[in-house]
Amino acid sequence: MEETRRAVEVAARDSYARLLAWLAARSRDVAAAEDALADAFAAALGNWPKTGIPTRPEAWLLVAARRRLIDSARHSRVRGEAVPTLLAITEDAEMEAEAVAFPDERLKLLFVCAHPAIAEADRTPLMLQTVLGLDAARVASAFLVQPAAMGQRLSRAKAKIRLAKIRFDLPEPADMPPRLAAVLDAVYAAYGSGWDDVAGADARRKGLATEAIHLGRTLVNLLPNQPESLGLLALMLHCEARREARRTPDGAYVPLSDQDPTRWSLAMIAEAEVALAAAARLGRIGRYQLEAAIQSAHAQAVTFRDKWREISSAIWRPPVVGGFGKRLGGRPRKVRPGR
Amino acid sequence: MNFTLLIYERPVDFAARTDPARQPAFWESWKAYSQALREAGVMAGGAGLEPPETATIVRLTNGERMVQDGPYADTKEQLGGFFIIDVPDLDTALAWAARCPAAAYGTMEVRPNMRAMG
Repeated sequence: MEETRRAVEVAARDSYARLLAWLAARSRDVAAAEDALADAFAAALGNWPKTGIPTRPEAWLLVAARRRLIDSARHSRVRGEAVPTLLAITEDAEMEAEAVAFPDERLKLLFVCAHPAIAEADRTPLMLQTVLGLDAARVASAFLVQPAAMGQRLSRAKAKIRLAKIRFDLPEPADMPPRLAAVLDAVYAAYGSGWDDVAGADARRKGLATEAIHLGRTLVNLLPNQPESLGLLALMLHCEARREARRTPDGAYVPLSDQDPTRWSLAMIAEAEVALAAAARLGRIGRYQLEAAIQSAHAQAVTFRDKWREISSAIWRPPVVGGFGKRLGGRPRKVRPGR
Repeated sequence: MNFTLLIYERPVDFAARTDPARQPAFWESWKAYSQALREAGVMAGGAGLEPPETATIVRLTNGERMVQDGPYADTKEQLGGFFIIDVPDLDTALAWAARCPAAAYGTMEVRPNMRAMG
């Protein structure tokens, strides 16, 4: 049982969004796809202890969820036209084979969530729920909204997708820049809402920043030749790299110019710089690349400031005792480059 | 799947229909648009409507017929006509709506037609 639970959890964490995107792209009904997938996970918890964990858990879940989706479509006359034709054509056996390497439709789902026909305020919540699999309560807490109210907004948005028949496809090349901008804005809003925690105490909101960066990496993987997705990833990573240095141990805010660069995450800064350089090579500047470049310049300025301070103090006076902590100790500073 | 493109226009746009100076270009653009819809095989119906001052409102109040001068909503932009088009999804419907002459001066509203219930 324990082993089954773990297998289901792993499948949920690693494949939820891909499974949902596949089902939603075929049924064009996000809510029905979510229900079917939830049923499939529940069925897995019930069946796998008896039958053993399948060799390809994802494929098993996909086939089970698809069957549920067809069943529920048959029972609902209103939805009843498109779903069976879109889903029922493939036989189960054929389906099993296809499910082994099912196509990644997450990008289409992202573009649906940030479709201009969806109210702007609902795009980020929708993305967090469908593409990252966060529940409505978690999304609500991130946006400081009552869970019930957030639940309503999300189901309204999903009904709009279904009834207005928003297309599950990548935008035409001509529409790509504005449509991608909407996707990036929604991802950045997710990052921002995770970053707002002034007290630094709300672990859920900090988690959202991590999720947003995860989305940013996903976007870059799925659309590697879009400089602005790279720019957004670089921007978020630069901000995130300094998270630990932004607060004193008792929670007070530390301005960038006084931060201790040794507390920055060098791995994140390096990843950000690689992304930014890749964006620059594509030769199309944009908002997120500019903001990331500013972040990058700030990070370098502070690093050089400290190098310069080391050099100048070595020349003009004995080394500062106690290092960075004493820097603001009231001693008049003669050299303040980088401000 | 059928979508209805609702066309909302201002008084000055309704006036263009009969203004001798603007009339020829105005009708030329509409003719070209409906021809494009027909040639693409998506046209499923539609009509241009006479201006809002020709509208009459009817309601049943306690079973009694109440007839009034219209239009229903006293807004600056009024329904000037509609097309019904048969296209696979919202995005295609939006692309057709954007090509409509009224998209440049008025407002297009796109709504999916309801499927028959029951």
